[in-house]
Amino acid sequence: MSWVTQTFSSTLGRKLIMSLTGLFLSVFLIVHVSGNFQLFHSDEGLGFNKYAVFMTTFPPIKVVSYGLYAFILLHAIDGLLLAAKNRKARGPQRYVVVRNQSSWASRNMAILGTVLLLYIVVHMHDFWWQYKFGEVPYRQYEQSLATGTVTSSAYNGPAIQGKMEEFVREDTQTRVTIVKDLYAETKAAFANPLLVAFYLLGMWALAYHLVHGFQSAFQTLGWNHPKYNPLIRFVGVWVFGIGIPLAFAAMPVYFYIKSLGA
Amino acid sequence: MEGNMNLTLQVWRQKNSRTEGRMESYKLSGISEDMSFLEMFDVLNEQLIVEGKEPVAFDHDCREGICGACSMYINGRPHGPLQGVTTCQLHMRSFKDGDTIVVEPWRAQAFPVIKDLVTDRGSFDRIISAGGFISVNTGNAQDANSIPVPKENADASFMAAACIGCGACVAACKNASAMLFTSAKISQLALLPQGQAESAARAKKMIAQMDEEGFGACTNTGACAAECPKGISMENIARMNREYFAAEMGTKE
Ligand code: HEM
Ligand code: SF4
Ligand code: FES
Repeated sequence: MSWVTQTFSSTLGRKLIMSLTGLFLSVFLIVHVSGNFQLFHSDEGLGFNKYAVFMTTFPPIKVVSYGLYAFILLHAIDGLLLAAKNRKARGPQRYVVVRNQSSWASRNMAILGTVLLLYIVVHMHDFWWQYKFGEVPYRQYEQSLATGTVTSSAYNGPAIQGKMEEFVREDTQTRVTIVKDLYAETKAAFANPLLVAFYLLGMWALAYHLVHGFQSAFQTLGWNHPKYNPLIRFVGVWVFGIGIPLAFAAMPVYFYIKSLGA
Repeated sequence: MEGNMNLTLQVWRQKNSRTEGRMESYKLSGISEDMSFLEMFDVLNEQLIVEGKEPVAFDHDCREGICGACSMYINGRPHGPLQGVTTCQLHMRSFKDGDTIVVEPWRAQAFPVIKDLVTDRGSFDRIISAGGFISVNTGNAQDANSIPVPKENADASFMAAACIGCGACVAACKNASAMLFTSAKISQLALLPQGQAESAARAKKMIAQMDEEGFGACTNTGACAAECPKGISMENIARMNREYFAAEMGTKE
């Protein structure tokens, strides 16, 4: 056996995979949440739609996304296989009474992960799949070059090559952007209270997964040191366990509340 | 030793490794709160012998918290309700008159039950034999000052060496993982100059043996360290992971 297969088939090596892929996914979440903040801009979705084009066409980002899909799969498969192995290690006879001295999240990473996997499948189907293969309408934005104010309307003109066309109109002194309207898709999707509830469930699972997972990943890497532990714990709990899930959860809630007013 | 505690014990009874076991209930009276938990079991066994029944088999040796033989999963916790205490050092004053106490053996694929509360912990011995030692020729001890050891390392090594190999960490872990034990045994040597020569080979061999025995992987729940009677810290697991990754990446094979 080569040292690579030897390392990654041992329990420790397989935990190393969990830790590295888990941290990579965590970093991705920061990028994803900061981009999605453009949903809250009052520019009728111009910034968000342009960001969606950038993320799906800029080659380095495309490469990273395919890596990301592979890592999600690797993390999920390795995690579930480890969970099965761990269950078997207890043996056929269970304890009659158990008084746990560990946190709930740390004992239920596989259940939380399974909820997350379901969430990711639904989420990818609703947005990624629709955007790539579905019938997403185009919207035309006109942004004044002088004042920056944006007006928009549904686009009914001739077919567009690709996801976006952008040009400057001399007569009106505006920048015209005709772009696939993912913003409208988002708005429509989150008018459905069931979907909003499912997203909240997903973010609840993410919160608990990361409250334990983020610090756990450092322990797995062997990074357990009194100098750094307080910082790792703080970031794990406040940024990844609370901040990011809350920010994500705010998006469906925001659109749902808006849909009630409309 | 006379006392006035009345207790109900629910104990795992199993004839041998090939038969199914089950919980049995026993009533005990006149237990003194100054008895140790094992002495209470001695009283139970005398009672069973008088009744012509098979006494409960349980492991014990030193009865002073240093050998690691005693192993009882008491009311859902290895070594019972106290922190930093082995079953033999647990006393009946930790319980109340009228209590029901549930006693089970360690549960792990790698610790099969031999009889009643006795499990075969040979898997731990095999992890040690795989590399938990230093190969030196015996002879006169050399001058203590010829090998400088920083005080912090000596202390940390000593703390790791406090592991008595009882297996409570495995019993407490939902994954029946032996990482706390193995990491203590790797750390006590990795922290000292004498342990350096074989450090890479040791980490690889001991971890391979640990996997071979069928212990689970670590999910860093911390249940092991919370239940360890010797206060072994999870820092040892982090050190073991560093030793192992460095060994796999840094050695030729
Ligand atoms: C955005 C998505 C996700 C992120 C950011 C994430 C992050 C993490 C992190 C940082 C860890 C800790 C690794 C360690 O202890 O070394 C972890 C562990 C784990 N994750 Fe995820 N995860 C995600 C999705 C999933 C999914 C979809 C599953 C699928 C079932 C999953 C299953 C697990 C399991 C079972 C563990 C525990 C592994 C172990 O300690 O043995 N995770 N995750
Ligand atoms: S690490 Fe603690 S609980 Fe585990 S065998 Fe050693 S002394 Fe017992
Ligand atoms: S009998 Fe030796 S530690 Fe309990």
